Amino acid sequence: MADIRNYTLNFGPQHPAAHGVLRLVLELDGEVVQRADPHIGMLHRATEKLVEHKTYLQALPYMDRLDYMSMMANEHAYCLAIEKLLGLQVPVRAQYIRVMFDEITRLLNHLLWLGAHAIDCGAMTVFLYAFRERETLLDCYEAVSGARLHAAYYRPGGVYRDLPDSMPQYEASKFRNRQKLSDLNENRQGTLLDFIADFTDKFPKYVDEYEQLLTNNRIWKQRTVGIGVVSPERALAMGLSGPMLRGSGIEWDLRRKQPYEVYDLLEFDIPVGVNGDCYDRYLCRINEMRQSNRIVRQCVEWLRTHPGPVITDNHKIAPPSRVQMKTSMEDLIHHFKLFTEGFHVPEGETYAAIEHPKGEFGIYLISDGANKPYRLKIRAPGYAHLSALDEVARGHMIADVVAIIGTLDIVFGEIDR
Amino acid sequence: MEKRIERLLEAVNAALGKRVVVLKEALGELLLEVKPADYREAAQILRDSPSLKFEQLIDLCGVDYSQYREDQWTGRRFATVSQLLSITNNWRIRLRTFAEDDGFPVVDSLTPVWSSASWYEREAFDLFGIIFSGHADLRRILTDYGFVGHPFRKDFPLSGNVEMRYDPEQKRVIYQPVTIEPRETTPRVLREEGYGAPGAQK
Repeated sequence: MADIRNYTLNFGPQHPAAHGVLRLVLELDGEVVQRADPHIGMLHRATEKLVEHKTYLQALPYMDRLDYMSMMANEHAYCLAIEKLLGLQVPVRAQYIRVMFDEITRLLNHLLWLGAHAIDCGAMTVFLYAFRERETLLDCYEAVSGARLHAAYYRPGGVYRDLPDSMPQYEASKFRNRQKLSDLNENRQGTLLDFIADFTDKFPKYVDEYEQLLTNNRIWKQRTVGIGVVSPERALAMGLSGPMLRGSGIEWDLRRKQPYEVYDLLEFDIPVGVNGDCYDRYLCRINEMRQSNRIVRQCVEWLRTHPGPVITDNHKIAPPSRVQMKTSMEDLIHHFKLFTEGFHVPEGETYAAIEHPKGEFGIYLISDGANKPYRLKIRAPGYAHLSALDEVARGHMIADVVAIIGTLDIVFGEIDR
Repeated sequence: MEKRIERLLEAVNAALGKRVVVLKEALGELLLEVKPADYREAAQILRDSPSLKFEQLIDLCGVDYSQYREDQWTGRRFATVSQLLSITNNWRIRLRTFAEDDGFPVVDSLTPVWSSASWYEREAFDLFGIIFSGHADLRRILTDYGFVGHPFRKDFPLSGNVEMRYDPEQKRVIYQPVTIEPRETTPRVLREEGYGAPGAQK
């Protein structure tokens, strides 16, 4: 009889189902995975070291580039850490704006995850549907910050500026007739809040569409039910968080358990899985999208009726307005000092965590009192999730590894940092 | 101090007893420092003690304190800091230990206690050169294959030591010393005590 041995297979770093630059060394017995050894670091940019050489404000845009699928959520944790050390109070309107954009970010992230996960498992249509909604949400990003991806919108002390009163319109071109143009611009006639409210009205129906395509789909269930089962005990020991933990049946959500900003004033439910397999995590995330939509809706209602400042008036931390700067000597000095030397953060250390779309995203910040962080550690949820891959994938077929990578919801910007 | 933090502080004191070197509250967070000799045992107690129940190791990282407050640091150079979370009791604690030897820092591995420690310790080894004794698979993780040095140490230059380029003559990728000059646009400023305080005249 022929001698049958295990062989190793290189998966990635250029594989489309590897979600970026993951090199996975798989040790196989036939088609069954015996060991999965992820090699990471191909996108390592030493963000934490770079940040030590930048002032607190200069370091903020680096946060967008960590998990480049949920940009504002990363900034949020960073701002929270700084505000905690400074003992800074954020205006309520800014808190609502932050919560609203956190949830928009969650939708963006989950839509991408859904599309990518489905396309990995062979369903093409979901991807196209998901990107249709992402487009609308990215327009919200663009309207508020000027950038579609790397927003740099949250600032220590609040958010950069208030929500705009008008939405940018589609312009006439030879590819659009007048009817088409007015259809495209129909929901863009009012403010950004009207635009978002219009989206939240439509979105539950869109989620129904995704569910129609997947939830009872026989192929989808064959690919995900019973795949990558994680028991609650192991989920805790492996450091899983977010939907990965909730999929295993542990009800844990920082928005509820350790509320930050105004989450304790908002109504939402925490979906929890039962079996801890890929399918349960899929259901969890789908329901999270519905809940996020609810939260966004509540924020829109509140923001419509409560005008006010959106950034702290402590000009040692946040810059004064242009008019103030040009008319008052004191404000000119503040502006100058802020953008040359930057602000100083009192000596101390803190850990600020938020419920990021992927799990617990934390910033551990050590300040020695200078205008730059002494050490900044980014706790990326994807890092812990990927480290669990070996244990989760063991004993599964190669095709299931793709489904498991999909369910981990990994993005290499945050894993490699 | 908040009531919950106070309760946690008492519980940690009761469970660890003499192993506690520092236990203090700041900004609503608890910092616990232990000697490296007690490190793993303390972690085990923190996880298993029914009054504490820190089931999750959320994060573990290395810290190089050598340039803290412009070289005013007198303690040991390398520390590992981990953030622990208890789902049952909904509280957090920060566990810190300083490695005894600055030249060859060694700390016990926490992998037997929490399996999530594995990659975090690989990262701290890779970036800071802290050795975790008892770790089954202590390889580099984030840096390139064959990387020399530990890049997050404070004495490692930001622009690195070597750069990579394609050499058309040798027809292969080669390493060479870096050609870019390190540049700092905004200097690091540490203000003296009581800077800008009312009445603080020169």
